[in-house]
Amino acid sequence: MTPLLEVQNLSVRYPSRRGLITAVRDVSFTLGRERLGIVGESGSGKSQTGRAIMGLTPPQARIEAKRLRFDGIDLLQAAASDRRKLRGARMAMVMQDPKYSLNPVARIGQQIVEALHAQRRISRAEAKRRALGMLEAVSIRDPQRVFDLYPHEVSGGMGQRAMIAMMLVNQPELLIADEPTSALDVTVQLEVLRVIDDLVTQRGMGLVLISHDLRLVASFCDRVLVMYAGQVVETLDSARLDKARHPYTLGLLDCVPQLDRPRHPLPTLERRAEWLQ
Amino acid sequence: MAGPNAVLQPALSRPRRARGRLFALVRFVVMLATTLLGLLAMTFFIGRVIPVDPVLAVVGDRASAQVVERTRIEMGLDRPLIEQFGIYVARVAQGELGQSVLTSRPVLDDIFRVFPATLELATYGTLIGVLFGVPLGVMAAVRRGGLIDQLVRVVGLLGYSIPIFWLGLLALLLFYAKLGWVSGPGRIDVVFEYTFTPLTGIYSLDALLRGDWSAFANIVSHLALPSALLGYFSLAYISRMTRSFMLHELSQEYIVAARAKGLPERTIIWRHALRNAAVPLVTVIALSYAGLLEGSVLTETVFSWPGLGLYITNALANADMNAVLGGTVVIGAIFIGLNLLSDLLYRTLDPRTRRR
Repeated sequence: MTPLLEVQNLSVRYPSRRGLITAVRDVSFTLGRERLGIVGESGSGKSQTGRAIMGLTPPQARIEAKRLRFDGIDLLQAAASDRRKLRGARMAMVMQDPKYSLNPVARIGQQIVEALHAQRRISRAEAKRRALGMLEAVSIRDPQRVFDLYPHEVSGGMGQRAMIAMMLVNQPELLIADEPTSALDVTVQLEVLRVIDDLVTQRGMGLVLISHDLRLVASFCDRVLVMYAGQVVETLDSARLDKARHPYTLGLLDCVPQLDRPRHPLPTLERRAEWLQ
Repeated sequence: MAGPNAVLQPALSRPRRARGRLFALVRFVVMLATTLLGLLAMTFFIGRVIPVDPVLAVVGDRASAQVVERTRIEMGLDRPLIEQFGIYVARVAQGELGQSVLTSRPVLDDIFRVFPATLELATYGTLIGVLFGVPLGVMAAVRRGGLIDQLVRVVGLLGYSIPIFWLGLLALLLFYAKLGWVSGPGRIDVVFEYTFTPLTGIYSLDALLRGDWSAFANIVSHLALPSALLGYFSLAYISRMTRSFMLHELSQEYIVAARAKGLPERTIIWRHALRNAAVPLVTVIALSYAGLLEGSVLTETVFSWPGLGLYITNALANADMNAVLGGTVVIGAIFIGLNLLSDLLYRTLDPRTRRR
């Protein structure tokens, strides 16, 4: 059986005045219908990895890989129009902040309906029915009302549910969730994650969860990639965080306050050039 | 927060909402009145400051001292300044802008006569500017650094820097004198003077309403050059602004999200990005239209176009102060009106500025 996603030696580079800048270097992993976490600090290349898979990097980005396949389809060889057909229909992405990732001048329902119409020919009534059903599926209690609201009229948690509804309405097989809860209140973070969790389980999707919160990711995913400066420095089984050996991973695990003992000052992350091959 | 489904929308009762709307209306009227009063104060005090004696302008310089003094009192010029201003405001409110010395007719009548000519030219100019400028600006932003982008840059630069009277004269020389493709200065050929009677003063519309096709063709061939010229300058501005608004919108996260859900690029550009860019663009277009409505003096001079700009310039050259100040008031009022209109449009385009 072909895995859902195969990534081998993926690199993302950007031309600049001082030559190429490497954002992602030699990242490799394989994903089935399972959950993979990618963790790292900002600038570690985790978001760029997600966007390169989606084909959403800006045009000047140079993407290279020995292998970049989705369900056996070679993404590097695929025409732009074929990649567009994959997006939304078979792979989707939830982004960080619904305040910016929803179109401010379009109603929420309209944005979901539009996603449906991009993939299939269905009647307006049918599209609306499906959109309402999807809003219900992301635990929005009053879908009818939210359907007619503008993004600025809903809270962050609600906006992120709407975003998830918009991205999952076409039943994709792969979801890339790029910091889906980082812009939300702590109280709604878990609820939004639960919505993602339920849908991923129900539909048997593959999930790539990108975050800077190692413990959160570990509690959610089967495996975790730890990225540092564009490279994967360690791959861990979520159940075995205590087996982490790389000093950067240990640093990430360690730099969290604890309830049972005072930690002052909090340890800061250590960064060393020799960690990069 | 009340729960996961809390919506940030205050639940207003009906009477409270109605009262809110009334309040908004009152605020709107007060704002309008204040702005207009400010405009009148400006024109009034400009009228006092300029070195033209209003009495002399009426009685002539050979009148006796007695006549001068009597006229001065009749015109109310002996009263305190603030009282004079009050009288002025009251008169303007009744549509009384005084007599023009030059045409010896009420200034308001004069303005009603010349304004349609300016309105016609400015409207066609703006239409051309919008119809070509917006798509050009969008395409320049989408293919940044591409051929169209370079073209928009050059067109914009020339549009900003070429004096309109020079370009107008050259265009007349080429298309009218040398090639004979269009008609020359004026709004209509003299031949039609007796057969064509205007209705609204907007000649192209009048000819259509009367079904006078030969007059219509002639009017269009007169309109072509000056409106193309104004259209070019408006295009230069509008395309530049469209380009920069579009660049801003295209770099937003919701564009990435729209791509992530598989929308075709065409939809993303024209339906998502342009719809957002339209919000500030409306103000830009309205102000550029208002600018043209002031009467582009130079264009109207070059093309002998009997519009507002030419009227005021003539009045100024002949020290016809009533006409100058009356024209200024009308222009100011148009400007304020268009500004308000663009504010209203802004509100309908951007749901975030709407009161619910």
